[in-house]
Amino acid sequence: MQRAIPITVCFVFGLFMLVQFFVPHKLSVLAYENVLDWMQIIFVFTLLVGAASYIRLNTKKVVQTRAGWGYNLVALAGLTVMVILGFWKGTGENTPFLWMFNNLQAPMQATMFSLLAFFVASAAYRGFRARSWEATLLLLTATIVMLGRVPIGNLISGWIPDIANWILNVPSMAAKRGLYIGIGLGTISTSLRIILGIERTYLGRK
Amino acid sequence: MMLKNPSILTLLILLALAPPLFATQPSIDIKLVDTPNDRGESITLIFERTEEDTLEMVRLCSPSSIEYEIWRSSEEENSFQLVGKILSPDEKFIDTGVRDGVDYFYFIKGTGENDTLLSAVFGPVVSKGQWFNTKQTNVLLAVVISFLFIFGFILYGKRRKEFYIRPIAGLQAIDDAIGRATEMGKPILYSSGLGKMDRVATMASMNILGSVAEKTAEYNTPLIIPNYDPVVMTTAQEVVKEGYSKAGHPEAYNPDNIFFVTQSQFGYAAAVDGIMTRQFPATNLFLGTFEAEALILAETGNSIGAIQIAGTDSTIQLSFFIVACDYTLIGEELFVASGYLTRDPQILGSIKGQDFLKALAVFLMLLGGIAGILGWSWFIKLFSIG
Repeated sequence: MQRAIPITVCFVFGLFMLVQFFVPHKLSVLAYENVLDWMQIIFVFTLLVGAASYIRLNTKKVVQTRAGWGYNLVALAGLTVMVILGFWKGTGENTPFLWMFNNLQAPMQATMFSLLAFFVASAAYRGFRARSWEATLLLLTATIVMLGRVPIGNLISGWIPDIANWILNVPSMAAKRGLYIGIGLGTISTSLRIILGIERTYLGRK
Repeated sequence: MMLKNPSILTLLILLALAPPLFATQPSIDIKLVDTPNDRGESITLIFERTEEDTLEMVRLCSPSSIEYEIWRSSEEENSFQLVGKILSPDEKFIDTGVRDGVDYFYFIKGTGENDTLLSAVFGPVVSKGQWFNTKQTNVLLAVVISFLFIFGFILYGKRRKEFYIRPIAGLQAIDDAIGRATEMGKPILYSSGLGKMDRVATMASMNILGSVAEKTAEYNTPLIIPNYDPVVMTTAQEVVKEGYSKAGHPEAYNPDNIFFVTQSQFGYAAAVDGIMTRQFPATNLFLGTFEAEALILAETGNSIGAIQIAGTDSTIQLSFFIVACDYTLIGEELFVASGYLTRDPQILGSIKGQDFLKALAVFLMLLGGIAGILGWSWFIKLFSIG
């Protein structure tokens, strides 16, 4: 029973989502939007579960003064301060909450994102080392594509942007489409297994 | 649509404007249809003009474009309301302010710099929602064929019990990676990325997690799973608990190792990077949906010397994983992983069905190429959507 009900719910909703894709009628659209609303409602409740897990775990580490407990204290302080500010003065324009978001969280996120530039450089260095025939080919292709994307490539030779475009539009696109077909079929197959209850690891305990 | 019953009001206006209009008599004919393949509450007006009519109207009204006002009423003779305007050469107007099941009438007023033209009253037309989108018939057919193939092979797999699946290096390496972490006495980090449970890649990741949890339970190696989404966290907890029970070590399950981090993309990347640089996991498994944080995670993992196995359905992030990780599950390999690891005959059967569908796709692509060379546009149109 513990498994039969979730599998039945999964089957019914899986089938509904599949059928509604082909039904443009208002009733079908309304039902679909309702399902999406319910997903949002469920998400809010699970967010509470997530927040509870976050608070419990961080508090435990602080109380037990485990290694790195200072980070957990900062995490808890951040959560508490933002919640208090949000409830106290709201989250709109000219509020302390938004000030904290714009001046603390946004720059920290931007910092993490900008690390990507350095990581791309280090990954490219490793990937493009000409250790084998394939790696050399990769290095040459990447060099042409990179030169073809910047004005200096055109200055060196008018052919470079054309070759770069050909590489992107023909061999690269062919490989991508091959991947897309495989991913599409894999998605259909996995979805069918889940709808039919063959794949049920996600349900957890028996 | 036939021109029917010009209203008295319209005729009066027409008479008032008679000299320029009746001298040339260009007509504005429109076809009214219930908008096809829609949810309802919509009527489409299509202008049906001969080239001579258009030229005459342009000559009469304006040297450039004519503005058409669309007037609508649910009664034939009065209460017309302006519902929209279009400029020539547009030939289509979709009126989305109507109710289903009500008769509607329309007339058009064309205004240019020099003159104004009025059409007759057209209608009635009724809007209604459709129960099937005929533009997607080919998609439905493809879905039915795919389902028949996969379902057929699932049934076949049930009877046959054994299928050959080519060795997948990334999946074969999972056992070694877990063994390495056990020998080093270090934990394993598992991330399903930013996907929610409605993503098939996340579902596939949870299926792999089941097998990984079973093996880590056998070896008594800690499995750390930071989560971006609380629903995924709850699912991961259940999956791991089940894995530990299956392995006969339910007592080894530690719920504190599967936790929610944040819903911020780079906040999540920062948290996972922090875990890596503080706890030095021996093995990193990045399986699921990843975006721009993919390389940040994989490069940090690389810098701490962890063995890394990644898999995602994002073709852009795959290239980053290929460069930074030891093994990468490319595209569909992520979806076949659960069958590969569990050897479940039904799942293996569905993978076989998937392979046959791929062969069919290749065959159709070859046919498409030939059709393109021979100019068989009808064949290519069979595959167009929308």
